[in-house]
Amino acid sequence: MVYFRTINAWVGLALLLALSSCEKFLPPDPGGENVLEGPLDGLTPSQNNQFLKGDALFSKIYTPQEGLGPIFIQNSCVGCHTVGGKGIPANLVTRFAFKNGNNYDYLLEEGGPQHQTNAISNYSTELIPEKANVFTKRLPPAVTGFGYIAAIHDSLILSWEDSSDTNSDGISGRASYVIPRNNFTPQLIHIERDGKYLARFGKKASKIRLIDQVAFALKEDIGITNDFEPYDLYNYKTGVQSVDAIADPEVTSAVLQNLVFYLRTLKSPPRRNENDPDVLAGEQLFSAIGCISCHRPSFKTAKSDIEQLSEKEFAPYSDFLLHDMGAGLDDGFTEGAATSFEWRTAPLWGIGLASSSQGGKKYFLHDGRASSIEEAVSYHGGEAASRKNAFLKLSPEDKEKVVKFVESL
Amino acid sequence: MLYLLLLIIYSSSVFAQGDTSIAREAIYNRPFIGGNTGNMASGGYAEGNTNYFATDGVSEGFSMELRRFNLFLYSPVTSHIKFLSELEFEHGTEEINIETAMIDFRIFPDFSFRGGILLTPVGDFNINHDSPKWDMINRPLAATDIVPSTLSEVGFGIFGNLFPWNARITYYLYLLNGLGENVIHNEEGKTLLRAGKSGEMLGEDNNGVPMGNARISINFPLLGELGISWYGGAYNTFKKDGLDIDKKRNLHLGSLYYQREFFQRVTLNGEVSRVWIDVPAEAGENYGNRQWGYFLDMIFAVKKGKMGRLENARLNIFMRSEFVDFNEGKFILSREHKFDELYALSGGISFFPIPGTVLRMNYRWHWEYDLPGNLSRTGGFQVGLASYF
Repeated sequence: MVYFRTINAWVGLALLLALSSCEKFLPPDPGGENVLEGPLDGLTPSQNNQFLKGDALFSKIYTPQEGLGPIFIQNSCVGCHTVGGKGIPANLVTRFAFKNGNNYDYLLEEGGPQHQTNAISNYSTELIPEKANVFTKRLPPAVTGFGYIAAIHDSLILSWEDSSDTNSDGISGRASYVIPRNNFTPQLIHIERDGKYLARFGKKASKIRLIDQVAFALKEDIGITNDFEPYDLYNYKTGVQSVDAIADPEVTSAVLQNLVFYLRTLKSPPRRNENDPDVLAGEQLFSAIGCISCHRPSFKTAKSDIEQLSEKEFAPYSDFLLHDMGAGLDDGFTEGAATSFEWRTAPLWGIGLASSSQGGKKYFLHDGRASSIEEAVSYHGGEAASRKNAFLKLSPEDKEKVVKFVESL
Repeated sequence: MLYLLLLIIYSSSVFAQGDTSIAREAIYNRPFIGGNTGNMASGGYAEGNTNYFATDGVSEGFSMELRRFNLFLYSPVTSHIKFLSELEFEHGTEEINIETAMIDFRIFPDFSFRGGILLTPVGDFNINHDSPKWDMINRPLAATDIVPSTLSEVGFGIFGNLFPWNARITYYLYLLNGLGENVIHNEEGKTLLRAGKSGEMLGEDNNGVPMGNARISINFPLLGELGISWYGGAYNTFKKDGLDIDKKRNLHLGSLYYQREFFQRVTLNGEVSRVWIDVPAEAGENYGNRQWGYFLDMIFAVKKGKMGRLENARLNIFMRSEFVDFNEGKFILSREHKFDELYALSGGISFFPIPGTVLRMNYRWHWEYDLPGNLSRTGGFQVGLASYF
């Protein structure tokens, strides 16, 4: 009887524990405003389900049996874009080309434009062709808020365009118009110019649509072929057609679409401390010294098939135009319509949470060379030189306020 | 869970009168094996538990799992030949394995030959892993993610006991098919010895070069038991149809364990293990070429002996500290520390109404760092039952 009473006591204790507020003893929610990842608020249950499918694919680790490689950089999306944020210097990717005068040959027939540093078992990694003479290194970007960026009408971005600096403010942003892929079908948000379309994704704004970016990354980063990029990577030193053993495309169109849906429905990076007096003062200074000429806060999405992205105001702190950033940031590499010294204005939203995906450290700019916001500003040149100088002339207290404001984004 | 509860109640009433105190090798130290000769005996154990965990405030809620249902068959064919097998069902029929199927030939009193599907004696947990023997519900991370318990392989070898200076020395020396090349490029994206286990290796080695395994332990009645072991050899397929397709790549796993009971009240049980592995440079930096981990269990017997009608019951409180580093070293490019580490602390209460049957309640908290060093925290409660039958 004692034995049974003991068992009853245990079961009772277990139930009591289950019924009591166990949550007090569990790791707390850090709060939505402190994390980059998460879905848009207000998605329907079926949209949440779709989001989770994409989330699982984004976290999925590919194996050689599933098509990884044969040469690759990472074995998953999340390997570079940890918790949806920016990567770390260990994940820098290298792109290369052969520059002859003003002409760039991306060496597509010799493994270009991206260097795959890793390979599956019994295969050798890519060697950069000896012919290559220009190289650039890129930090993996944050992916949160992509849905908003994808839903901007071209006309809104073009309204900021001023390539001839007609308003004489020293800023001459120009839209990045590129030739679309063969399968491109324009949507209502797109405005054509001489057979070209406005590109808004990528550090040099070379991709028109999110799906172009995802398909490129699947192939060039993971070695996963798909409907948009159906031919496998291989090491030209090993021999052409020395591909892996998996039939192409290695993922279905559903995988591609679910990944795109996931990226579209990731929430925008949350603001923090936005009512802090120093942050509010910093916001005023940010505007007063002209940072806002490129890092623009006011955007509104066009109509979207996803209600939560339809005609919504948001603040990316970018104009999605190309700007001359000067010799200090000239990486010697062109992409899309951008010259080597031109960069798409980096959206500043989420910059205050960058360290949450970078192991508590901070790596800013396209190659992670800056470890603080002040240092990142100090690399600004070209069109941004006057704004940088204005920032540097601020008192230490005012600089601190501007930094606090930027960190609140 | 109800089935398991009934099973435990039934089996407890059977074993309450049994003698389980005979000092034997861990795999023979199971209640259903009564003596050294006789007819075939069958037995087994089952374990199940509840889970309620949350990671950074997000919980999947409450769930129950039947972790294992294992069946043993044992036959002392003669006084010198013994047969033991274990068939394991994990999570129902999700995974079914022959964990052990081996024959022992005792050639001399202190020297035996063993062959078949063997539990690899690396560390102590792998050959002493039956859930009803343990206070914690979860297996130690260092014993599952560094030492890939349960590691059972086809092979043969020798083992025995020596008894000098009032001590007991146990030795093992085995040759085994070993692990395969999925220790890298696996679904977890990190070097993981347990991913190199494969059912196919029960039929044929992947590279024609067996792995070796050796363990020696010494037990002094007053000082406890200390054991050291090594396991290693080539893990990749480097030759096919007579052609070289890769260089031969080796892995080595070393393990040190110590166990001792103090004042018949406090038990310390710890194991530290390290992996050295030749990872091809082209696999990338996600795959560590050195790993290590440890666990330390501290168990305090609050009450033991007669409790009501239970003649040999025990009530314990315990704590476990554990750590695993999946990827030692620094990134080549940035020279920054590679994390991919896990720290865990657990504690709880366990009640053994009889030896071989345990009801236990655990609270666990672990801190997990991904490769760049971003932290996630997981914590939760478990209540579980496990029993031999």
